[in-house]
Order: sequence, then C-alpha cells, then structure tokens
Amino acid sequence: MLCKRIIPCLDIKDGRVVKGVNFVGLRDAGDPVEVAKRYNDQGADELCFLDITASVEARGLLYDLIERVASQVFIPLTVGGGVKTAEDLRPLLNAGADKVSINTAGVNRPEIFNEASHFYGAQCVVAAIDAKQTRPGFFEVFVHGGRTPTGKSAIDWAREVADRGAGEILLTSMDRDGAKIGFDLELTRAIADAVSIPVIASGGVGNLQHLVDGVVKGGADAVLAASIFHYGEHTVGEAKRVMRAAGIRVR
Amino acid sequence: MAGKVVSTIAIVDYGMGNLRSVAKAFSHVAPDQRILITSDAKEIANAERVVLPGQAAMPESMAALNASGLRDVLNQVSREKPFLGVCLGLQMFFEMSEEGPSGVGTPALGWLKGRVARFPKPHVDVNGGVLKVPHMGWNAVHFPESARSHPCWAGVADGTAFYFAHSYYAVPADDATVAGVAEYPNPICVAVAQANIFAVQFHPEKSADAGLRVLQNFSNWNGSF
Repeated sequence: MLCKRIIPCLDIKDGRVVKGVNFVGLRDAGDPVEVAKRYNDQGADELCFLDITASVEARGLLYDLIERVASQVFIPLTVGGGVKTAEDLRPLLNAGADKVSINTAGVNRPEIFNEASHFYGAQCVVAAIDAKQTRPGFFEVFVHGGRTPTGKSAIDWAREVADRGAGEILLTSMDRDGAKIGFDLELTRAIADAVSIPVIASGGVGNLQHLVDGVVKGGADAVLAASIFHYGEHTVGEAKRVMRAAGIRVR
Repeated sequence: MAGKVVSTIAIVDYGMGNLRSVAKAFSHVAPDQRILITSDAKEIANAERVVLPGQAAMPESMAALNASGLRDVLNQVSREKPFLGVCLGLQMFFEMSEEGPSGVGTPALGWLKGRVARFPKPHVDVNGGVLKVPHMGWNAVHFPESARSHPCWAGVADGTAFYFAHSYYAVPADDATVAGVAEYPNPICVAVAQANIFAVQFHPEKSADAGLRVLQNFSNWNGSF
C-alpha cells in the first residue's frame, strides 16, 4: 500500500535556504543544492521549495536553482511562490519541478486551478493553503505570505480547490508555523476529511512524535517539516524509524 | 571519441513539457550514451533506444502527439527498438483512455490491448475508508512470475517502492503483458512488457536509487524478452 511521505521544506530567499518563526525573523539554513542532496541521502520522499523572494529579478535565480537541484536529486520536487497564472507553471516544470504550488493567485482567481489542472494534469497542481484560527472553530485563509486575511473558510476553500482540479493540498497552520509545538491537528483532520485529494500537513513540527500525530491523529497523507531537519536535530531516517515504530507505512 | 560508436537514447518531445527530468536521470545513469530530447523523426528512427515520457493530461497529450507528425515513426520503432514508456507514456500505449470527453474518452496509440480507467470517485476500501486520488507517493511494486526475469527489473527486489502520481491506470486486456502490480487498495497494473516494449506507471526518474536502476537497466537492454 501507499506509504506516508516525509517532506523536508526549504524556504528559499535570494538563493539560500532560510527559516523563520510565524513568517518573520528569517535565519540562514544553507545552500539549497547541498541541503537537497543531504535530504535525498537521508531518504526524504520528496522536497518542497517555497520561494519567498517572489521578486521578478529573483525569478531567474529560482529556475537555475531548481535546474541544479533536479540534476543531482532524483526525487519529486514541489516548487511554490510567486505563481500568478497557469502559464507560470511551464518554466518551473521545465526547470525540473514536478509539482507547483499555487497560493495567493488561486484566491485572487480560482480558475487558475482549473486551467493548470486541465493542461498539465492534476498531479502537478498543489493548492497551498495558509490558515489561521481567527475565532473559535473558524479557520481562515490568509494570503500574501500570511499577511492578508481573506474571510474565506479554509475547509470550504479546500473543497473548492479540490473540485477545481488541484491534485494535492499543502496545508500550513500559521498559528503553529515555526512554533515547534506540533501540527494543528484539528485543522489538519478537518481538511483531510473534507477532500478526497492528498493533504500535506505543515507548520509546527518540533519533534518526531509530531510527525506521527500528523498522520495518525490529523489524517495527513504527508508531513512537511523544516527546522527539525535543517539544524541537524533529527535526520529524515530517524523520523522514518519513529513513524515505522508507530505502525505507519513508510518507504 | 574517434572510432567509438556512441549509443543514443531518444526522448520523444511532442511538446508537452517536462522531459528534462527523464533526460537528467538518463544522463546520470548512462554517462557514456547520448541522451537526446528530440521531435525529429529521423533522429528517433536512428536512435538505439526510444523513450516516451508524459505527465500531462491525456487529451492534450494525444492531440499534441498527433499534431507532431511523429506517430508513424513511433509506430515503426515501437516494433523494433527497446522502447520505454513512462507514466502517461505507458497509458498512451493502450487503445483508449477514459480521460477526456465524458463517455468518449481519448483514443491512444493502441500498441497494447486494453484501456485506461480512472480510480472511482469516491475511492473506498472494503472498510469504507477513503483512498486519496491522485494515487500520489511511494508504493511497493510486485512482479508477476512471468516478468520477474525482465532485464529492466534486474537488481530490483520484489516489493521495492517507486514514486507514483496519477489518477488513471491501465487495464490490459492481456494479463500476460502485466510486468508490475501495486495495491491501491486492489491490485492495479503499474508496469507492462511486450517484446521490445517496456513501460512503467511510476516515475523512475523521481524514484531515487530504485528508479535510477530501472533506467540504467533500460539503457543496457537489447529489447529482447
């Protein structure tokens, strides 16, 4: 049967891996190619690159970076950040991305999911949803790197992107991102149960048990983490041993 | 390299995007061979081995392939040379796919008897649990006895996990062409072999060492099985 995936995430700014707390306070975490190779060697199932530079000048740097990583690392690469139209997927896929995540552009113009899925196939279209609990029981979608509230319910939005043809949801809890206290399991479970496409849980991993909880309690198909891997606290191999010991099928 | 004959692996470019990942992976495992991304019929006809990749939607891909004018040469080399299909490439080998206009689907190349079906909506197991579609991630591939000795599986253990990302899967009419099976939750065909044709539903170029081994095996395969 299908294995649950562990996905190290590399936030990219000006060609470097960075990691911040609640989307601010960025720290340098290394050269993307070196980091990607290290994770591949550790047995990562997939890698996620989120370009938080998103300036026009830095776009070429991103293509070059994906190209270099894809020449040396032979596992799936998801790339996100700065995608505005369905046409923006092509250069990313050509550079070596296997999937492209769409966030703000999807909220601005939801048809982008239909268009991208129709032309490139659902399997390479990832809907990135940044959600925050803004009142009891209500998870709200935020865009622009978590700065702008949209009034949208994350659960309703997840259903809509799935209906429009997204092949996967990358769900980030803004309340938990960088806080190292574990995934928002209530949010994760609600979205995982609401849609029939795979859900990647993101935001809040501080230890390896959190990864287990994301799958077992949150119902996630894949778990994404950054800082616990970047700073050498844990390897992907350790994470898999812990998940396997908890009865989760991993590669 | 005077006097040395360099083999060529032609990766067929029919205008549907990412062929570079497949090319990069072949360059990695077959550094002595020429890896050519091409839409030129002559180059395809002259290559020692041919690869038909694919990752996009079937109707657009078949339309692009038909418009490319490469069908004749592909029909020809599919009978002659070691020929590898990857992901949508495997699906294109069959007679038709359900992907496309409702009730009509999309006619495909028809080199293998059978069709391509979609996972049902919702996709549930016997306990009523919902399985996510696309079938995305790493899943174990098992070899039928008849295909265990296929040269493309050399050095790959039964049950090795490969990376998948698809919502449609092949349903061969002839069980003898099935070269690999995965469970989701029922067994589905994820690899086919017929004479000089070999194809996989998973992405060998994205399946780490196991996938690279399959590509390396293909790069050394003489096409007989």
